[in-house]
Amino acid sequence: MDKAMLKVRNLHASVEGKQILNGLDLEVNAGEVHAIMGPNGSGKSTLASVIAGREGYEVTDGQVLYRGRDLLELEPEERACEGIFLAFQYPVEIPGVNNTYFLRAALNAQRKYRGEPELDSMQFLKLIRGKLEILHISDDLMHRAVNEGFSGGEKKRNEIFQMAVLEPALAILDETDSGLDIDALKLVAEGVNRQRSPDRAMIVVTHYQRLLEYIVPDRVHVLSGGRIAASGDADLALKLEEEGYSWLAEGGIQALEGAETGSGGAGAAAGA
Amino acid sequence: MNSDQITVDTSSVDRFVQQKYKHGFVTDIESETVPPGLNEETVRWISARKGEPEWLTEWRLQAYRNWLTMQAPDWAHLKIEPIDFQAISYFSAPKSDKDRPQSLDEVDPKLLETYDKLGVPLHERARLAGVAVDAVFDSVSVGTTFREELKKAGVIFCSFSEAVRDYPELVRQHLGTVVPPRDNFFAALNSAVFSDGSFVYIPRGVRCPMELSTYFRINAAETGQFERTLIIAEDKSYVSYLEGCTAPMRDENQLHAAVVELVALEDAEIKYSTVQNWYPGDEEGKGGIYNFVTKRGMCRGDRSKISWTQVETGSAITWKYPSCVLRGERSVGEFYSVALTNNFQQADTGTKMIHIGRDTRSKIISKGISAGRGQNAYRGLVRVAKTAKNARNFTQCDSMLIGKRCGAHTFPYIEVGNPTAKVEHEATTSRIGEDQLFYCLQRGISEEDAVSMIVDGFCKQVFRELPMEFAVEAKALLEVSLEGAVG
Ligand SMILES: Nc1ncnc2c1ncn2[C@@H]1O[C@H](COP(=O)(O)OP(=O)(O)O)[C@@H](O)[C@H]1O
Ligand SMILES: [Mg+2]
Repeated sequence: MDKAMLKVRNLHASVEGKQILNGLDLEVNAGEVHAIMGPNGSGKSTLASVIAGREGYEVTDGQVLYRGRDLLELEPEERACEGIFLAFQYPVEIPGVNNTYFLRAALNAQRKYRGEPELDSMQFLKLIRGKLEILHISDDLMHRAVNEGFSGGEKKRNEIFQMAVLEPALAILDETDSGLDIDALKLVAEGVNRQRSPDRAMIVVTHYQRLLEYIVPDRVHVLSGGRIAASGDADLALKLEEEGYSWLAEGGIQALEGAETGSGGAGAAAGA
Repeated sequence: MNSDQITVDTSSVDRFVQQKYKHGFVTDIESETVPPGLNEETVRWISARKGEPEWLTEWRLQAYRNWLTMQAPDWAHLKIEPIDFQAISYFSAPKSDKDRPQSLDEVDPKLLETYDKLGVPLHERARLAGVAVDAVFDSVSVGTTFREELKKAGVIFCSFSEAVRDYPELVRQHLGTVVPPRDNFFAALNSAVFSDGSFVYIPRGVRCPMELSTYFRINAAETGQFERTLIIAEDKSYVSYLEGCTAPMRDENQLHAAVVELVALEDAEIKYSTVQNWYPGDEEGKGGIYNFVTKRGMCRGDRSKISWTQVETGSAITWKYPSCVLRGERSVGEFYSVALTNNFQQADTGTKMIHIGRDTRSKIISKGISAGRGQNAYRGLVRVAKTAKNARNFTQCDSMLIGKRCGAHTFPYIEVGNPTAKVEHEATTSRIGEDQLFYCLQRGISEEDAVSMIVDGFCKQVFRELPMEFAVEAKALLEVSLEGAVG
């Protein structure tokens, strides 16, 4: 069987008439963790939104295959039920909707989709107990409304907790590290690392190299100008940390070509 | 007992129409319905048909004469086609008392089926939940249960007609003291022609042993409904009253003008909950019930409390302001409301809190939801009289819009006549967040479930004031009412 989880080919996408992605290619296999880095506004969240099927993000060209299927044909809730999970950069507050209730509704919707029996609240509580501990999620947090009045760190931990419960095949973490202090970052990273598995792929979108010290990626990509401008192994992240993104603009083409043609990844990119 | 008893027997109507008026007075009180039209004869006929005492007939006639001098209010944020009051039939009833079902078992199974469809298993509810049920349809009560148990506690819970017959002094003492017959156009109309309704009396020191519940339903064609409800809570008593309304699909607009009066004496508490789901009209805005209701509670005694909780999802037009007159010192008034308008529904609803006694407090929580082309207006008055030293009011008024063609409007009126009073008003309007919706979808929840979940969360503050099983029903109602609102 094909190990390819996600194949993005020549993806062009626009938001409100504005072209954001310009021929993006990306391939992620089961068992891999890929990091996507890039300056603010380069289109990282846009890519995540397109994959998750958010309304208003129009694909103007290209293809997205998920486990060999045309992903773009599916409704956003179908994509979720098929195993795509997005940890939001800005988790949304839903006043009056209990956090536990929300997550159980989500899990049961996905179980129903897969033809599995739904869980009652006792079974559900049993299922989440251990996962709550790993992410230091208090009972109080579970009794509150979804994300309402959560601190920045609580929101991010809650996202990873949801991921732990929903057990997706492909998880996209959009700047899950931003706004976290070092302890919270370690906690989140541990939560993520525990979920690494041969059947699961992850795309970690981040602005900083810091997170990648804790979640060590198999591949690192740099998004710039609406495409993957460079790809490499974990060392590429270090180079970015030292040199910033400005080298992309100047020696961009060379770096890009070096990275794309070189199968060795970081070495080629660094040497460009 | 046959199931035809609730449909109008047209042959007898014809007979009635053809009959001559003798001495200017209609004598055929066995008739099931009066022909359309309203005049003093109609009023007398209704009163005679119900075997009412002279004073009540006079009271009705006085109200009718008042009504003639009044005009339908036009200040509400509503578009209303003029109503032809002469085209409405003002009374409709089963053939005779003997033919009426003596228990729920005798009620038309079709009616029970309708309740079931709406998630209101009436008989089950009555038996399992121990709720006393006084089901009213077509103006006359058909089933009252648990009366024995209530009697033991000294509680009176019966139809209004029975109360007039069996407790005339209580009725006479309180009727019209909270909503005077000339209070407003629709109240005057109701006072003239009211058909039936509920009567509740809780004696001093008694905590009513069960929730009292009435289900209303409009049934016969072209018959306006004019219920009259009176609840009296003596000193240190407590009662929780549930009113739910459902109606089958139908075409013509129907006028509904009820009056509800609540009287709370010293240290008494009345909790009045409504789930209203009358036919709202179709997707094009055709048909639907006109719901013009006057509901008011009087906190007459010190430290008394009245709270209104309403979930309004039905009707083509809703005009309704359940209010509290806080006369007793330290008395408390509360109003919790969810009003939903979809398609072409219009609602102008809110409350009035009239502070008269010192240290009186009131709280208003209003949640308006508009979808489709629905128009939703909150209209609230907080009036603090000169006498109401240290009066307090808190108002929170939130609107949610679903889609782009609907509207929400807020009209707060605040009149403060005492400088020690504190009145707070908070208002928000939000569109159902595309981001909230996407967050739910991304977790695998369907759009329809997501909308009802978000709306349910929005209404939580009100739902938690409802008795448990009512809250479940209210939630289901919102879901049904919002079907197709998004996407
Ligand atoms: N909903 C939107 N409406 C308009 N512009 C948007 C929207 N989402 C993103 N953009 C624009 O697309 C570009 C890429 O944004 P984004 O994908 O959020 O970048 P990143 O996540 O890499 O910081 C930015 O210029 C941003 O302003
Ligand atoms: Mg972003």
